[in-house]
Amino acid sequence: MGFEKFLFYVFAAITVLAAGMVVTRRNPVHAVLYLVLAFFSSAALWLLLEAEFLGLVLVLVYVGAVMVLFLFVLMMLDIDLATLRAGFIRYLPLGVVIAVVMAVQILLVVGPGNFGAEQFPTPAAAAADVSNIEEVGLLLYTDYVYPFELAAVILLVGIIAAIRLTLRRRPGTKYLDPTQQIQVRKGPDRVRLVSQVSTAGLREEQGARDVAQSQEDGSA
Amino acid sequence: MIELWNSLPVVMQILLKITAILVPLLLLVAYYTYAERKVIGYIQIRIGPNRVGWRGWLQPIADALKLLFKEVVIPSKADKALYLMAPVITIGPAMAAWAVIPFDAGLVLSDINAGLLYVLALTSLGVYGIIIAGWASNSKYALLGAMRSAAQIVAYEIAMGFALVGVLVAAGSLNLGAIVEAQAGSVFTWFWLPLLPLFGVYLISGVAETNRAPFDVAEGESEIVAGFHVEYSGMAFAVFFLAEYANMILISALNALLFMGGWLSPLPQSWVAGVPLLDDGFHWFALKTGFFMFLFLWLRATFPRYRYDQIMRLGWKVFIPITIVWILVVALAVVYRLPPWWSA
Repeated sequence: MGFEKFLFYVFAAITVLAAGMVVTRRNPVHAVLYLVLAFFSSAALWLLLEAEFLGLVLVLVYVGAVMVLFLFVLMMLDIDLATLRAGFIRYLPLGVVIAVVMAVQILLVVGPGNFGAEQFPTPAAAAADVSNIEEVGLLLYTDYVYPFELAAVILLVGIIAAIRLTLRRRPGTKYLDPTQQIQVRKGPDRVRLVSQVSTAGLREEQGARDVAQSQEDGSA
Repeated sequence: MIELWNSLPVVMQILLKITAILVPLLLLVAYYTYAERKVIGYIQIRIGPNRVGWRGWLQPIADALKLLFKEVVIPSKADKALYLMAPVITIGPAMAAWAVIPFDAGLVLSDINAGLLYVLALTSLGVYGIIIAGWASNSKYALLGAMRSAAQIVAYEIAMGFALVGVLVAAGSLNLGAIVEAQAGSVFTWFWLPLLPLFGVYLISGVAETNRAPFDVAEGESEIVAGFHVEYSGMAFAVFFLAEYANMILISALNALLFMGGWLSPLPQSWVAGVPLLDDGFHWFALKTGFFMFLFLWLRATFPRYRYDQIMRLGWKVFIPITIVWILVVALAVVYRLPPWWSA
């Protein structure tokens, strides 16, 4: 077993283990942190595939930004685990049926018939100087330019919908408007700049005066 | 000597190289704290530490020993495992990012072709230490600090990422060594000039990303006591401190590499080739990094802390639009081969 294979099994095991922990942990913050671990080890798997751009972007986008926002929201929620578990037995049969149906569907699509190792011959390793980013960029902006643009538009629609849903104006509330605050100018408005004499100079003067004083006292 | 080096196993060679980077880095961190206290002291017309050793030179050692021997107090309702893991998660990426930083032409631990992306990915991990520390402490001030930090870092990371996209477009490579080589010429061909707005955005975002004043709302000692690390004591606290300073040095080094020509001499190569000290070399890189490190201290001594909503405004409404516009400008300049930067 080569070193690369060893690394693959280590990271694959961590990924599977972490993914299992995500769905079994009671504490939602722990679950999210395990999800971070799962993302991180899948990024390592992608690095082993020589897809360094995708691997690093996975860390950058999902671990560095998306999961931070997840944590942000989760830490502010007061999740009562008792009410979450209250309906567990009641909904268990229906839940099991749905889970089995989904598992069968997934197996039909991604089973060995479609995605088995024999369907995909091992690609030749690319030369060391081949840039991932160039390849991905060329494909995205030539062959896949329309799907790419479509995905961007769908994301834009999502952003606008989210903003529209959460935006509510409450005319009675007092709030600060930073854009207006920074408009304050120093002449006519409430800001006044006071030029302050450096105390360093003052202290030296004081010291000189003290010395002169003591000399006077000595001579007197 | 070279034979002895070559006879060592590869793992051993890598470990030795890592030691050769980390030991000076940690020493630099220790004396950076000393420099900070001295520089800010003189800016505020004080003397700063001057009791331990000659002119206070042993102060960082004394501080480190003091923190080592202090008890690490764990709050009774804290999530113990995460509480102890948080400082480690903070310092890990801060050290690991140094793997791809080139100190001189070819003098780099790992010369990978996605270096810039690697640095960006690792610096984005540092926030986890802060968030986990804030949450695991089970203290309201710590949690408030974590929340502030999370929102701030997400906002500024986008601006930072876009600024780096500008560098990528200008240099045509993600390898940090190649980015420096692309700036070859003189002080006017370095990227600070054609990418001036991005340089400004990156410099300020770097201060925000390291939670330094005036963007230190995660700590905010006058508002939320000490923010995310209010419950930490002894060595656990010291590790957060180390990570913060290591990150500041890292951001300074990146500023020097990406916008100020790294180890390149500010004079044209035809004038200085072979002249000692004026020729390209590590000393230029150290000088530039040192300047940005000083800038961090200068900013802290000069500006009052930003208010939280104004930080958000600056990040989302000012920096991100600036970067988006300037990426377009740079892309056009590269396509139309604007001299003197992209005439070749």
